[in-house]
Parts: sequence; C-alpha cells; structure tokens
Amino acid sequence: MNAVLDLLASMGRGLFGVLSAAGSVAVFAAIALSHVVRPPFYPRLLARQMMEIGYFSLPVVALTAIFSGMVLALQSYTGFARFSAEGAVATVVVLSITRELGPVLAGLMVAGRIGAAIAAELGTMRVTDQIDALTTLSTNPIKYLVVPRLVAATIVLPLLVLVADILGVLGGFIVGVAKLEFNPATYMQRTWEFLQVQDVVSGLVKAAVFGFIIALMGCYQGYRSRGGAQGVGAATTNAVVSASILILTFNYVITELFFAR
Amino acid sequence: MTQPPKIRIRGLCKSFGAKVVLDRLDLDVPAGRGFVVIGGSGSGKSVLIKCILGLIEADAGTIEIDGRDVLTMRRSEREAVNARIGMLFQQGALFDSLPVWENVAFGLLARKLMRRAEAKPRAIDILAQVGLGSDVADLYPSELSGGMQKRVALARAIAARPDLIFFDEPTTGLDPIMGAIIDALIAAQVKRLGATALSITHDMASAQRIGDEIAMIHMGRIIWQGPAERIYDSGNPFVDQFVRGRSEGPITMALTL
Repeated sequence: MNAVLDLLASMGRGLFGVLSAAGSVAVFAAIALSHVVRPPFYPRLLARQMMEIGYFSLPVVALTAIFSGMVLALQSYTGFARFSAEGAVATVVVLSITRELGPVLAGLMVAGRIGAAIAAELGTMRVTDQIDALTTLSTNPIKYLVVPRLVAATIVLPLLVLVADILGVLGGFIVGVAKLEFNPATYMQRTWEFLQVQDVVSGLVKAAVFGFIIALMGCYQGYRSRGGAQGVGAATTNAVVSASILILTFNYVITELFFAR
Repeated sequence: MTQPPKIRIRGLCKSFGAKVVLDRLDLDVPAGRGFVVIGGSGSGKSVLIKCILGLIEADAGTIEIDGRDVLTMRRSEREAVNARIGMLFQQGALFDSLPVWENVAFGLLARKLMRRAEAKPRAIDILAQVGLGSDVADLYPSELSGGMQKRVALARAIAARPDLIFFDEPTTGLDPIMGAIIDALIAAQVKRLGATALSITHDMASAQRIGDEIAMIHMGRIIWQGPAERIYDSGNPFVDQFVRGRSEGPITMALTL
C-alpha cells in the first residue's frame, strides 16, 4: 500500500513540476512579448541575432535539407516500385519537404545549434552577474537580451525553411534524374503539379512558431540558470530537449489546424 | 544640523526558504563618505547590497535612497534611481561580447546620453582615469588580466558620474599589490566624484583603505557601526574576533574536517 502511495506521490510531484514549469515559461513569454512593442528598441542587436541565427545556420540547414531530399527520393522510389507508383516520387518529395521535413528538420537543427548557444550565453551571463550588471546600468535584461533573440528567430526560421524547401526538392531532383533516370522536365512537372500554396505556407508558419519556441526555451533556460558551470550545462541540455519536444508537439498541432478534415 | 543619510534601511528582512539571511536589519549610510560593511562568508553582505540595488526582492522593510523608498517605486522610477548608481561587481561582470570601450560606455549609450561616435573617446578618457591606456579600448574582457578587468569594471561604474557607488568585494582575487592599487583608485575616484560609496568586503586592509566608516553584519543584522579608525578598538567581541581573524570567540562556524 505504501509503495502505491509513494508512486502516486511521486507522479503527483512530477505533474506539479511540469505544470509549474509550463506556467513559468508562459509568464516569461508573456513578459518578453510585452516588451516587443515597447521602446527602447535595439535594431543593432536584432540584426546581429538575425545574422547569428539565420545566416550562420544556413550551412547546417542546407546540408540537412539536401540530403533529406536525396534520401526521400531514394526511399520513396524503392518503396513505391513495389506497387508500380514510381511516378509519385517527385510529388511525395515536394509535399514531404514543404509540409514536414523542411520545417521540422530545420527546427531541430537550429534548436541544437542556436537553442544551446542562447542558453549557454545567457546562462553564463547569469552566473557571472552580467545580467545583474545590465539592470544596474538601467537596461532591462529581457528587452536587451531576450527580445532581439525571440524576434530574430521568429523572422529568420521561415527564411531558412524556404531555403531548406528549395534545397530539399533539389536533392530529390538530383537523385531522381541522375540515379533513378527520371526525365528532368517530367520530374519538375510532377513536382509542381500537386504542390499548393497552402503546403508551403503551412511549413513557413510552422517555421515561425519553431523559431519562437527555440529562442524562448534557450532564453528561458539560460536566464534562469543557477549554480555555475553545472547549472549552465543543465540549462543548455534543457533548452535543446524542451525545444525539440515542443517542436514535435506543435508540429502536430499546426498540421491539425491546416490539414485536418 | 545633521545631514540626512544617503541610504536609510529599516527592518529589512530576506529569507531563502527556511534560511534567514537578513533579519530586521537597520542601517544608515552617511552621504558623501566611504562606508564599508564587513562580515563573514554567508553573513548577508551580498544579499544586502542586491536588495538595495533591486536585484533581489526583500521580504519586508524599507530602503530609502535620498529619502525615497525604492522598494515601493515603479520600474521606471527605479531605473531613474539606478541611473545615478554605479556598481562594481565582485568578478567584474564585464560583458564579454563587447569590447572594453563599449563596456565602459554601456550606461551612457543605454541611456542615450551620447552617440557611439562620442562615446568611444569618452570611454578612453575614463579608462585613463583608472590607469589604462587607449590600447585596451578595442580589446575584449577575456584578453585582460584580472587586475585590468577590475579597473575596467571600475571605469564602467564611474562612467556616468554616479552619486552613489557600490563595491562588492573589490579586491577579491587580486594580489595584495594590485588590491592596494584598486583600493587607491576607488578612494580617488569616489573623492573626485564626491559620491557616497558603499562597499562590502571581508578584506580588513581594503576596508580600512576605502572606508571612513565601517559596520559589521552578523547573522543578518548590523551588530556594530563606527569610524574606520576604531575598528581594532571597537569593544565588541564579535568585531574583535573577526578583524583579528581569530578562530575562537563568539562567532562559531560549522567546520567539517
């Protein structure tokens, strides 16, 4: 009986912990969003973050997208050949890339690269009193550190995903034409034939939400980190893990909103 | 007529869970003087200074700066008060993503007191006041020694000509000579600005160099306050044990051997 009670108590504590953390993240996000529209603004910091999050993430996102497109073409060809549907390869590649793989893979790669970097930077600033120093210099740390990262990530993720979409389709095209011997014109025609604006737009909306999530979790974990190097390490891990889980969760929610019949 | 204190604290309380750090603390910091709070590790010195700066929320009590209770102020009013305050953190807390000159001019730029083009020469002037040449202006904090970082942090603390400056363990981590140099710079700059300086330290040599008046905090309360020259003749057994560094006396610390 005691073991059952202990188990229930442990589950209850876990549930309260999750709810408490969710509430804390929501409050943090609300405070940050309230500062987005209130001056002072820091355009120089926003530009720097857009470069850091967008431009410097291009190589990793591009490589991920192009190889995903190539693998997708190869896998769908070998799978569809079993029921003589090889002609659908181009359509499957473009829909998979624009609707799902582009935003999700780009989101996960950026979460690993940028979410971790944000958490580590803000965490180090926290434990070395740099965030307190901002306050003593009449600068709101949320406005100075969090808002530029949130806005930059929300803006640049869709741009990254647009690039990922194009390169993913290109990867599929390369494999389709060079290895699977599709006619280039036919492959492109099949690519465009069933692609709708909604497919691309849904991916870009997902990207914007994922960008917000990545920056939010990085900032939240870093901003609240405690306890020196160990605390910063934990914040970095938590930022990547929580952002990844939220990306996959919201991916389903947004897909449901766009495509549920 | 007695001049009103620059900082007046009454009944200040702060606890972290069950641990009481500040226990109905009362303190008056006279204006225009060097005031030092001494006390052992964990005695509440840093929490006291962070409560005054608004970095930690106090549980109860009042903190008046120039007669105005800063604990009940709105954020914008609080920022206006902070604009007249300088702070030197224990480890410097320099922004490692910014070059030295931007660190020094940060408060001036943040409050839009000058443009970037004007701020750099101004920062170099301030660096000169703490004994650093213009060649360090474009370096990053990680490229500086501990003593140089402390000087840059001092330059940042005085850049906006504050009338109240806080120093958190200003000589921690420095060798005795560099510690004395930093203390001399602090004393000189505080005198030049005519500012009130509130320092916390457990370095008695430093306390005597930068303090006109010293108070001792123990168990979250001020247990003695008096002129710096009387610190070795306080008549208080707690102060006596602390300043002489004796292991035996009324102050007991948990030891694990």
